[in-house]
Amino acid sequence: MSGSPTIRLRGLSKHFGGVKAVDAVDLDVRAGEFFSMLGPSGSGKTTVLRLVAGFEQPTSGSVELFGDDVTAKAAFERDVSTVFQDYALFPHMTVLDNVAYGLRVRGVRPRQRRERALQALEAVQLAHAAQRKPTQLSGGQRQRVALARASVVEPKVMLLDEPLGALDLKLREQMQVELKQIQRNLGITFVFVTHDQEEALSLSDRVAVFNNGRIEQLGTPRELYENPASLFVADFVGTSNLFTDEHAVRLIGRQGAFSIRPERLRLVTDPHAGAGNDTSGGRPSAPGTVVESIYVGSAVRCVVDLDDGPRVTVLEHNDGSRREERVRGGRIHVVWQDDDVVALVPAAS
Amino acid sequence: MHLGRPTRGLLAAITGLTLAVIYLPLVVVLINSFSSSTSLSWPPPGFTLEWWVRTANSAGARDAVVTSVGVALASTVIALVLGTLVAIALQRYDFFGRSTVNLLVILPIALPGIVTGIALNNFFRTIAGVPLSIWTVVVAHATFCIVTVFNNAVARLRRTGTRLEEASADLGAGGWTTFRLVTFPQLRSALLAGGLLAFALSFDEIIVTTFTAGSGVTTLPIFILNNMFRPNQAPVVAVIAVVLVVVSVVPIYLAQRLSAADVDRR
Repeated sequence: MSGSPTIRLRGLSKHFGGVKAVDAVDLDVRAGEFFSMLGPSGSGKTTVLRLVAGFEQPTSGSVELFGDDVTAKAAFERDVSTVFQDYALFPHMTVLDNVAYGLRVRGVRPRQRRERALQALEAVQLAHAAQRKPTQLSGGQRQRVALARASVVEPKVMLLDEPLGALDLKLREQMQVELKQIQRNLGITFVFVTHDQEEALSLSDRVAVFNNGRIEQLGTPRELYENPASLFVADFVGTSNLFTDEHAVRLIGRQGAFSIRPERLRLVTDPHAGAGNDTSGGRPSAPGTVVESIYVGSAVRCVVDLDDGPRVTVLEHNDGSRREERVRGGRIHVVWQDDDVVALVPAAS
Repeated sequence: MHLGRPTRGLLAAITGLTLAVIYLPLVVVLINSFSSSTSLSWPPPGFTLEWWVRTANSAGARDAVVTSVGVALASTVIALVLGTLVAIALQRYDFFGRSTVNLLVILPIALPGIVTGIALNNFFRTIAGVPLSIWTVVVAHATFCIVTVFNNAVARLRRTGTRLEEASADLGAGGWTTFRLVTFPQLRSALLAGGLLAFALSFDEIIVTTFTAGSGVTTLPIFILNNMFRPNQAPVVAVIAVVLVVVSVVPIYLAQRLSAADVDRR
């Protein structure tokens, strides 16, 4: 088994009618990694997950788990556990019976499965709710039960389909931390489907960005953020200021679309008068008009209409100095460094 | 929307009149079952419990009740098994001829009873060579009882979706285990509602029964028909009619409450 990846997808396609939901995807997921599939809705990420779990049969291509081809195997014959977006807890069973379900169908004795289910519930701090029905739990609690139910059978791979999608922001952030901890403690492979780029970046070892049923880019969060390979990735992962071919010629004097992250842009009133000594005249800059200046606590987000380019967003770290010069309609210069320019290849259409 | 006073009055009158046309005759039957007149003259000259006592002691009436309950139970059981199976097949699997099967399963409830009756009568006697008996009635009733079970089961399956079954398979359960532990518990109340409706449907059925019953098989409705025009039996018929109403209405009321409670719970 050594050497073969935990999950290996080769030429995996799934068509629904005439729609190519998944289009010839090749992918290796390594043992023990937190792997995310990121993309907008309809990009094929959830279908890939369902193909791995065995809920869907591929139109063509193969799914391998731990080196074995499982393409023709049913869901119950695959050693993976799924956490569903809507949790899919059995409403007619107690929380304890839900968690014990996987052990029950594996023929574990009642006493032992009760014990192990309780342990799994303790791990998610829900042992006190063991005798309740799922409908009596809050969203966050149901989420934890679903996690306990999936993990109690000790799978080598856990598939998570937008598991935090239904939670409010605060709970979401809390659960993100817990998920990461659970994954580290269990030491198993997590395949995490999400449309939330921030979530994907903060949790994952590697991320695959999906678009139109294909993988647009695969890499570490840092690679995706710092070096997006296409317009689509630059736009979808994080906030980007996108510059088209035309803008490129006018602003940096060469062809090719590029992007610059908002936090890499700076604002100065006069680029030549040396507002701060480090600002040399050779630094690229572009004049524009302030459209909006929004105070967001840790930073000030400033929207500027460039005279020779698009509308850009500039994120200025809140260092305590008051920036009253950023008044709406005021003239300003946006400056950056050559290193911050990320050249883009157009998204595959 | 706010209605004017005259409109409201008019609507109330129409509603009252409609309900009166439906229910007053039933009330008359109920009162007549206590009437002391054997010819059911109106208004009743006096009241008596004699007919109720006589009906209770009538062997013919008792046999008819037993026969009707037996037929209704047997056809309900057949309908429950077959209706559930076909509902799962049509709702969970895709196969050639699926929509045709769907239509063919629902059709019997729309077919005129007289057509079903004649067709089955013909089929049993001349083609299948099966003598008419209580079992031919059971099979005939099951053909339309399946529909109520099927409709309830399909609606429930559609609403619960496949998520729970996927979760069960994902946790390692095979098809039968998933049905036993997940699908069936989800279906239970829908099957109970469908079964009660099927029971009520079979219990007061007369047309198909007339054509498929063997000699000596007397269900309650047939008993009423046979005794309706016999002298001095009118009050007994009224008593049986009241019993029939109660036995058919209670299951339907229960079935409705079950479905309503289920909707509230979800």
